[in-house]
Amino acid sequence: MNIIIVGCGKVGRVLTEQLNEVGNNVTVVDQNSSRVTEVSERFDVLGVAGNGATHSVLQEAGINKADLLIAVTGSDELNLLCCLMAKKAGDCQTIARVRSPQYNAEAPYLKEELGLAMVINPEYAAAAEIARVLRFPSAIKIDTFVKGKIELLKFRLPEDSPLCGMAVKEIAPKLHCDILVCTIEREDEAYIANGNFVFSPRDVISIIAEPKNAFTFFRKINYKAKPVNDVLIAGGGDITHYLCGLLEKSGIAVTVIEKDEDRANLLSEQLSNVNVIFADAINQEVLKQEGIDRKEAFVSLTNMDEENILLSLFAKSVSEAKIVTKINRIDFDEVIEHLDLDTIIYPKNITSESIVRYVRAMKKTIGTNLETLYQVIKGKVEAAEFNITTDCELTRAPLMDLNFKPGVLVAAIFRNRKVLIPRGSDTIQIGDSVVVVSNHLGLHDMNEIIR
Amino acid sequence: MNVRMSVYILGFLTLFEGVFMAVPTITAAVYQEKELTLFAGFALALMLIGFVVTRFKPTNKSLYARDGFVIVAVSWILLSLFGALPMYISGAIPEFIDAMFESVSGFTTTGASILHDLDSLPKCVLMWRSFMHWIGGMGVLVFIMAILPLAGGQNMYLMKAESPGPSVSKLVPRVRKTAVILYAIYFALTVTEIILLLIGGMPLFDAINLACATAGTGGFGISNAGMMIYNPFCIWVITVFMFLFGVNFSCFYLFLCRKFREGFTAELKVYLCIIAFAVTTITLDIRHLFENFGTALMHSSFTIGSLLSSTGFSTVDFNLWPTFSRTLLVMLMFVGACAGSTGGGIKVSRCIIFFKNMHNELRVMTHPRQVKKVKMDGHQVEAEVIRSVNVYFACYIMIYAVNMLVLSLDHLDLTTNFTAVVATMNNIGPGLNLVGPASNYDVYSGCSKCMLIFNMLTGRLELFPIILLLSPATWKK
Repeated sequence: MNIIIVGCGKVGRVLTEQLNEVGNNVTVVDQNSSRVTEVSERFDVLGVAGNGATHSVLQEAGINKADLLIAVTGSDELNLLCCLMAKKAGDCQTIARVRSPQYNAEAPYLKEELGLAMVINPEYAAAAEIARVLRFPSAIKIDTFVKGKIELLKFRLPEDSPLCGMAVKEIAPKLHCDILVCTIEREDEAYIANGNFVFSPRDVISIIAEPKNAFTFFRKINYKAKPVNDVLIAGGGDITHYLCGLLEKSGIAVTVIEKDEDRANLLSEQLSNVNVIFADAINQEVLKQEGIDRKEAFVSLTNMDEENILLSLFAKSVSEAKIVTKINRIDFDEVIEHLDLDTIIYPKNITSESIVRYVRAMKKTIGTNLETLYQVIKGKVEAAEFNITTDCELTRAPLMDLNFKPGVLVAAIFRNRKVLIPRGSDTIQIGDSVVVVSNHLGLHDMNEIIR
Repeated sequence: MNVRMSVYILGFLTLFEGVFMAVPTITAAVYQEKELTLFAGFALALMLIGFVVTRFKPTNKSLYARDGFVIVAVSWILLSLFGALPMYISGAIPEFIDAMFESVSGFTTTGASILHDLDSLPKCVLMWRSFMHWIGGMGVLVFIMAILPLAGGQNMYLMKAESPGPSVSKLVPRVRKTAVILYAIYFALTVTEIILLLIGGMPLFDAINLACATAGTGGFGISNAGMMIYNPFCIWVITVFMFLFGVNFSCFYLFLCRKFREGFTAELKVYLCIIAFAVTTITLDIRHLFENFGTALMHSSFTIGSLLSSTGFSTVDFNLWPTFSRTLLVMLMFVGACAGSTGGGIKVSRCIIFFKNMHNELRVMTHPRQVKKVKMDGHQVEAEVIRSVNVYFACYIMIYAVNMLVLSLDHLDLTTNFTAVVATMNNIGPGLNLVGPASNYDVYSGCSKCMLIFNMLTGRLELFPIILLLSPATWKK
C-alpha cells in the first residue's frame, strides 16, 4: 500500500518504521527538511520537505497514488486540513491525530463530516488504557472491540482459583455470568476453547465480555485483584485530564499533584470531584502527606520521563500500590524494562499500534467487511471484528445450524447498542458487529469461517 | 566500523564480478580465442570466493555513514584489481601497473588508455574493457542493491557514497526499487543504442562494445582506426546517446511518468544551454578546417558530447583545433555531465549551486542585512548541500595542486600535465598535447600512473570516499 505520513515527530517516526517494515511504500512529509532527510535515510522511505496541507506538496508526495494519509503533526488544525486537502486531491483514506480536549469532544462529528477514516487521540488512548488497567490491575492484556463496548481480557489462573478443575461449559450454570472463554494457553500450546475443556492452574485464559459482566465474573471466581478505589496521579497534563474523567465514571477517588498553579486551577475547575494538589510531585514530603503509602494505585504522568521513573521507583519502595508509569521517549526501553516498574504506558506506541492495526485491517478490507483485528496469541490466534453489511450465508440460519470450520469461535455480537454473548439458537443479522476468535490467521471475509 | 557486514558486501561484489566476467568468457568462446580458459577459470574462482564469503551472514547488519564510504572505496579498488588480473595474466598487457591503469580507467568510465595497438588485442579483452564501462557507469553497488534485499534503510549510505551529484534523491520510497528502475532505464537505453547502431550498418561486436562504452560514458576504443571508419549515421547516433547518458536518470523516470514539467529540471535546462552554446561557437570556430558545414557540425557536436558527458571518444584530433575551441573544450571537461547520470566531472548541478551561492554572497556584501537563500527547481537548497559543494571545490583544487606537482616530475609540458589531470579526475579520457586523442598515457612513468589511477577513482566516487579511506580519523575506534 502507498502511505503518506505527514509529520515526523515521535509518533511519525514509529509509524514510519512499523509501516515500512511490513512492506508498505511510505512517503514522509515534514516542514523541517533536516528531519525529513534523517527519517528518509534511516528507514528507506521517500521524504518530501514542505507543508503537508498544501496541494503542491501533496502532489509531490504522490497523493494521487496514495491509499492512506496519516496526519500526525503537532497541530490539530493542520492535521485536519491535511486530511481535507488529501481527500480533495486524491482518492485516499485519511487518519488525523487530534489531541486537544475541545476537538476530542467532537471527534465523532469530525470523523463523520470531514470523511476521516479515523481520528486518533494519543492522550485519550493512553488514558483509556491506564483506566482499563486500573479497573482490573492483574490483567495481562485488555483489548477492546466496538469502541470499548466489548473487552477481551487475558489473565493467569492462580493456584487456588475455583475455576481449576471446572470445564468451560460448567461456567454458565455454576457462575451465572454472561462471559465467553475464548482461548487457553497452557505451556506453549494455544487452544480455542470448547465446552469440554477443563481448566488447570497457571493456564492463561482470555475471556470476552461486556466490561460490567467481566467485573462480575472476576468477583465470582474470587480473583484477588480488586479494582482500585483511590489513585494518586503525579502531573496534570492532558492524559490526566482524560484519565480523571474516565476514573470519575467508575467512582474511583482521584488525587492529582500538579506543580503549575494555573494548570492546577484549571483542573480543579474542570474536574469537580478530583482532589487537586498544587505542589511539585518530586518531593517526598508532599507524596507522604497525600498518603502515597496507603493508596491503591499510583500513576506518574509528568512531562519528564526521568521524573516519572523516579517517582514510580519511590512509590514501589514505600507502598503496595499498583504502579503505572508513562514513558514518552523510547530510546532506553531495555533499561526501563529492567527496573521492574509494573505497568508502563508508551502513548506514542499506543497511537502507532492502533494506526498500524487499522492499516492492516484496511489491507484485508478491500471488498470485505473487516473492522478491527487483534492478535490474541501472537502468531496463533486472531480476534477480528466484522460488520455485517449485506445478506449472506451467515445470516440465514441460527449459529448451531451453520457448519463452522474447526478452531472458529463466534465470540460476541453487538446489536442495537447491546452486547450479546451468542448461544446456538442465536442468529446473525444485518447491521451486527460480530467478534470472531479463530486460529485461521488472516481472515478476509467472515464467510470464510464456514466450511 | 561493522567489519563483518562490510566483508559480506564485498563478498557479493566478488560474486557479481565473477558473474560479469561471463561476458568476456562468452566472447572468447564465440571467437574461439585461447583466453577462454583463463577468463572462465577466473570467473569461476571469483564466484566461488564470493559464494563462500557470503555464506557467513552477519548478525549485526547495521551500517553507518563511515561504513558506507569505506565499503564503496574498498569495493572499487577490489573491483579494479580483480578486473586487471585477467588482462595481466593473459599477457595482453605485460606490465601490472598498466593493467591496473586500464582496469581502473574502465570501471571508473574514464577511457584513458596506455595501449598502443588495439588491433592485436583478443576480442574478449576488448569486450571486457567495454563491459567494465557498462558496470562502472551506473555503479556496481547500486546493481547489488537492485538484486539483493540488503538491510533496510542502511543501504542508502552506500547509494549516497556511490552515486554522483551533490545530493541523492530516490525516485520511489524504497532504495531497492529505485536501483531497479535506474538499471532498467540504463539497460533499455543501451539496448536501443545497440539496435540503432546495427540499423546504421555497424558490425554486432562493434555495436555492443561502443554502446557499452557510451552508456557508461567510458570511451575505450576497439580499433586503431578509431571512430572514423563508421558512417555519419552511426556517429550521430553515438553523439545523441552520449548527450543522453549525461542527463540525470531521474529526469528520464519523470518523463516516463509523463511528468514533463517536473522532469525538465533547472539542471537539464542549463545542460542543454551549455550544449547549444558550445556547439554553435565551436562549429563556427572550426568551420574552415572542414569541407562543409555539416561535417564541421558533426565533428564539433561529437567532440562536445564526448567531453561534456565525460565519454572521451574522438572522431578527429581536436588537439589540432584553434586555441579558442581547445580552451572551451577543457572548460567543458571541468563542468561534466548532470548529477545522477553515468557521466563524470564536477557536475552541472554543483556548478549551478556554486554560482548561485556566489551570486548571493556578493549581493550580501553590498546589502549586509539581506537574507538570501539558494533555490533550485523551486526548492531551497539546504545549507548542508551548499557546504558540501564548497568543500568539494576546496578538495578538488587541493588534489589538483598535488597532482600537478607529482606529474611535473616527469618533465612533460604544462598543457599535457594539466589536461591529463582534468581528463582523469573527471573520468573523460583524452586530454591535449601528449595525452591528446591521437596519443596515450603511456608517456607517463609508473609513479605518475599511480597518481592518475588515484585520480580516476577519486573522480568517479566524487572525492570523499577515497579521501576518507586515506584519512586516519576514519580508522580510529
